Amino acid sequence: MHEVGIMESAIDAVLRQARAHSARRVHRIVLRIGALAGVEPDGLRFAFDVVTRGTLAAGAALEIEAVPARAYCAACDADFPVDGGFIARCPTCSALSADLRSGRELELSRIEMT
Amino acid sequence: MNSTPVAPNPAEDFEVHPLSGAAARPARQLSGPLAPEAAATLDAQVRAVDLRVPLLEKNDLLAERNRGYFLGRGLATLNLVSSPGAGKTTLLERTLDEFGRQTRCAVVVGDLETDNDGLRLHRPHAPVAQITTGGTCHLDAAMIARGVESLDLAGVKVLFIENVGNLVCPASFDLGEQVRVVLLSTTEGEDKPLKYPPIFKSAHLVLLTKVDVADALGFKRDVAVANIRRIAPQARIIQLSSRSGEGLPEWYDFLRGLAPAAKA
Repeated sequence: MHEVGIMESAIDAVLRQARAHSARRVHRIVLRIGALAGVEPDGLRFAFDVVTRGTLAAGAALEIEAVPARAYCAACDADFPVDGGFIARCPTCSALSADLRSGRELELSRIEMT
Repeated sequence: MNSTPVAPNPAEDFEVHPLSGAAARPARQLSGPLAPEAAATLDAQVRAVDLRVPLLEKNDLLAERNRGYFLGRGLATLNLVSSPGAGKTTLLERTLDEFGRQTRCAVVVGDLETDNDGLRLHRPHAPVAQITTGGTCHLDAAMIARGVESLDLAGVKVLFIENVGNLVCPASFDLGEQVRVVLLSTTEGEDKPLKYPPIFKSAHLVLLTKVDVADALGFKRDVAVANIRRIAPQARIIQLSSRSGEGLPEWYDFLRGLAPAAKA
């Protein structure tokens, strides 16, 4: 359950922002999670409730935006969507790619507060 | 980073219809369910901040600090990750006894509890630090910084970090290592890379361990290698056995090649 550790780190960042803006309450938090980040959105949601308890962010809405994975094929000089799970195979030439251009995101992207 | 108010400022004044008999008051003094006007006032104060902060910012920063420290000292650093029982400690024992005689090595080893592995790895010629995480399922960059502080790194060229036995959580935590090594043993299934892809995806090197018993177990090495290739085409693969010694020269060559400073 490393989702708890990741969420603790996220809420630290949220609360830092909230204090910087002299916010009294955090209403909504948006995270961007890559399809290949190896992190379970359900695990994050569970951790969110636990980690925000008793903080300015208690009761805030958590929105998780999924970022689809894309990889780059050097032979074709083109990006392509990775739709085979963690196997990035170019749809044009069938070569395997290790060059992920997106899909590993673990980001805090928006905070709404009063 | 920019911060923008979400809603425009509402009119300061509004009217309460005299027919209700209520006195005209500002909305913020209303109690009970929020009047629409009051909700509008609340909305007006909502500030939205758009940003792109890595969720593991703290760990990522510490990992970069570790990396700079290791680089500055000319230390080649490897993060060894696998399921429990894949043979990390056994491989390190033999590596310290053989490779470690010519090239000074140090180890930071993590477990939930006990210093058993630290004791197993203890050698007069190799400093070892044991980290017990007390239940945490992975090592993080802060633990490494503290672990390394307790080691005498004089003359050390190669630092091994033996992560907590876990094929899931360590994938997300950069420790500042130069090389991430994932071990897959023949006592596990050939399809483990497909079942636990994130960790394999991030590997620079995959060690297929316990190959001496592969035949007895009916483990198909070629299938395992093909599965690793599908998930991690970037990774180098070395097949070895810490017991028979097969493949160990290739592993030691890999270690020697890591950094000019690591050459014996």
